[in-house]
Amino acid sequence: MNSRETILERLGKNSPQDSPLPALPVAGSGMPDPVEKFKTILESIGGTVVHVSTWQEIKVYLNQYFSTKARWINGVPELTRVDDAINFGVDPHQFENVLLTILRGHFGVAENGAVWITDDKMGDRALPFICEHLAVIINSKDIYHTMHEAYDHTDHSEYDFGTFIAGPSKTADIEQSLVLGAHGPKSMTVFLLSES
Amino acid sequence: MTTATGTNPHSTSNSDHAALAGKFNKDELRVDWHDKTLWFIRKKRDKAAWQIPEWEELREIASQIKNNVLSNLRTYLLEFEEKAQKNGITVHWASDAEEHNKIVYDILSRAGINKVVKSKSMLTEECHLNEYLATKGVEVIDTDLGERIVQLAGEPPSHIVLPCIHWKKEEIGQLFSEHLGTPEGNSDPQFLTAAARIHLRQHFMSSKLAITGVNFAVAETGEFVVCTNEGNADLGVQLADIHIACMGIEKIIPKRKHLGVFLRLLARSATGQPITTYSSHFRRPRKGQTMHIVLVDNGRSERLGSPDFRSALKCIRCGACMNTCPVYRRSGGHSYHYAIAGPIGAILAPGLDMKKHADLPFASTLCGSCTNVCPVKIDIHDQLYRWRQVLTQNGHVGFLKQSGIKGMAAVLSSYKIYQFAGSAGRWLLKYLPFSVNNRFNAWYKQREMPKAPDQSFGDWYKGNRKKKVEKIEN
Repeated sequence: MNSRETILERLGKNSPQDSPLPALPVAGSGMPDPVEKFKTILESIGGTVVHVSTWQEIKVYLNQYFSTKARWINGVPELTRVDDAINFGVDPHQFENVLLTILRGHFGVAENGAVWITDDKMGDRALPFICEHLAVIINSKDIYHTMHEAYDHTDHSEYDFGTFIAGPSKTADIEQSLVLGAHGPKSMTVFLLSES
Repeated sequence: MTTATGTNPHSTSNSDHAALAGKFNKDELRVDWHDKTLWFIRKKRDKAAWQIPEWEELREIASQIKNNVLSNLRTYLLEFEEKAQKNGITVHWASDAEEHNKIVYDILSRAGINKVVKSKSMLTEECHLNEYLATKGVEVIDTDLGERIVQLAGEPPSHIVLPCIHWKKEEIGQLFSEHLGTPEGNSDPQFLTAAARIHLRQHFMSSKLAITGVNFAVAETGEFVVCTNEGNADLGVQLADIHIACMGIEKIIPKRKHLGVFLRLLARSATGQPITTYSSHFRRPRKGQTMHIVLVDNGRSERLGSPDFRSALKCIRCGACMNTCPVYRRSGGHSYHYAIAGPIGAILAPGLDMKKHADLPFASTLCGSCTNVCPVKIDIHDQLYRWRQVLTQNGHVGFLKQSGIKGMAAVLSSYKIYQFAGSAGRWLLKYLPFSVNNRFNAWYKQREMPKAPDQSFGDWYKGNRKKKVEKIEN
C-alpha cells in the first residue's frame, strides 16, 4: 500500500461519528454604516482612505503624492496615465523597480479594512506585492459588513488567485514595534469612488 | 555569536521543561519583559474579540465546523485532491516527516534547484525540513523577519506566530551587524526591518522555488489560503517558478464560506489584528508556474482514533493559548523543546513521542486560560490533565514525582494523617526552617516559604465555636 492508501484507510477507521455542520451567522445584520467603519478600521491598520467622485480626482491625488518620474504600473483602463506600457506575461522580476501599482478591487470589508483583488485585475500576480506603494480603487457602494457577506458575494466567482489585502505590508517582529513596509508595499491607498 | 537564550534547545534536548525553564529564569528582568510583552498581546486579543458581539457564537461555530472536519477528514481530503488536481496542482501524500522531506527534496533536485525561500510553516518545523535540506546541500532562506532572525542565530522559533519574541532589539542589532553588515550599536526596529527588507529582497529575486505553509485548504474548490502580514509568502511564490505548499491533513475545511468564520477568528486571536494584511487564495498556478501540495499525516490519522486527544487536531495555530499561559510567559518557548511550544504544543508533542515529551503536560498550572481563549474551543487544559494520567500509566513519570503524588494521596485521604502532617509542617517551619528552606525543596526555588500559623484552621474553628456557644448560653 502506498502512503495515500495507508493514510486514507487509517482515517476511515479512526474517524469519529459524524458531527453536523453548523449554520453560519447572518451576514451584516443590524450593523452601522459600512463605509465609515471600513475607513476607520483601514486607517487604524496603516492604510489611507480617500473619498472621490470622479476618476480625475484620483489622477490628481496620485500625481500629487507619488513621484511621476518613477515607474508606475496601472491596471485600471479608466485612468489614462500609463508611463509604462502594461506588458503582462513577462518575467515578474522586471517589476522590482515599480514605485506605484494601481489596481481595481472588487469590494471592501468593513469589519477588517480588507479589499478583495483577483488575478484577472492584477495583470501580473506579483504586482500588488512587489511595488513600493499600492493604490486600489473600489466603488464606495461595494463595501460589505463582514467576511461572511464577502464570501457570499464571491461564492461563484472564478479566479485562479485572489487575495484580501488589508493595509501596507507590516511586521512587529522586533520587540513588537510596528514597522510598515516589511517586504511588500510601504503604503496602501484605497480610493472609494462614488460616481454620481 | 549572539544568542538570546544560549544554544539550540531542540538539538540538545536532554533537559526537561523544568531545567530549561530554570535556565530562562536566571535572567529575571528578561522574564518580566517576556511575560509583559505576551500579556500585552493577550490584552490586544481581548480588545479585538470584544468588538465582535457574536464572538462567542463564532468560536462555537468554528469548533463545530472542525468537529465536522474530523468526522469526514477522509471524504474532504479526497474531494480536495480531486479539485486541486483539476486545478492543475500536483498533490502528494506523506505518511510521516521523513517522507514529507523526501518529497520536497525530490521536487527540488529534479528541477536542479539548491536554494529556496520559505515562508512560515509550523509543519516544516515539525518535520525538521530545513535541517534535512541542509544535509542535501540546499540553502533554505526563511523569509518571515522573526524566523530569519532566529535562523541567523541558529535557533528554532520560540513562538508559532512571533518566532523571536524572546529577542531584544539590541541583540537583533548585534546579530544583524554580524550577518548583514549593519552599523554596530544601531538597534532601531525601523532601521533593522529596512535592512532585512533589502537583504531578503535579494533572495526573493534570485530564488526559483518557494515553500509556504497552508492556513486553510478548501475541499469544495481545491484552493488553499496562506495568511501573512509581511507579504513574504506572496512575494516568494509570485516570483518563483515552482511553489510547494506543505500542510497537515487537518487543515482542510469543507466549504469556501467557512473561510469567513476562520479568517474572522485567526488574526484577532493571534495578535488582536482584525485580519492579517494578506489572506491569499491559491487556486491555480499562474502560466508557466508549477504548484505542488504535500499532504502530511505524521501521526494525525492515529490521533484521530483517540477520543481523549483527537480534538487537538482542530488547532488553527493562532498562538492565543501561549500568549495567555502563565507558564509559557515565564518559561519561554524554548523550554518546551518542541516545534510548537505552549499549552497546545504540550498536548500535541506527547502524541508523537511520549517518552521524549513526557515532561510537557506537567508544565502547566491547569488554570484553563488556554481553553478559554482557544478560537476553536479545544479543551486544552483537560487534555493536559488526561495526558498526565496516560504518561503515569505508561511509566513515563519519574520515581520522585510518582512517590510524591502517592504520598500526597495518602495524606489527603486520611483525616488523622492529614492533621498530623499539618501540625508537623507548622512545627518544622517554626523550629527547623532550614529543613524546608533548601535546594531540595523545589517550591523554595524563587519563593519564600510562608510563615507558619500558630494553629490550623480546624483548631481555630474548634476554639472559636466553643467560645461562641458559651456566649450564646450566657
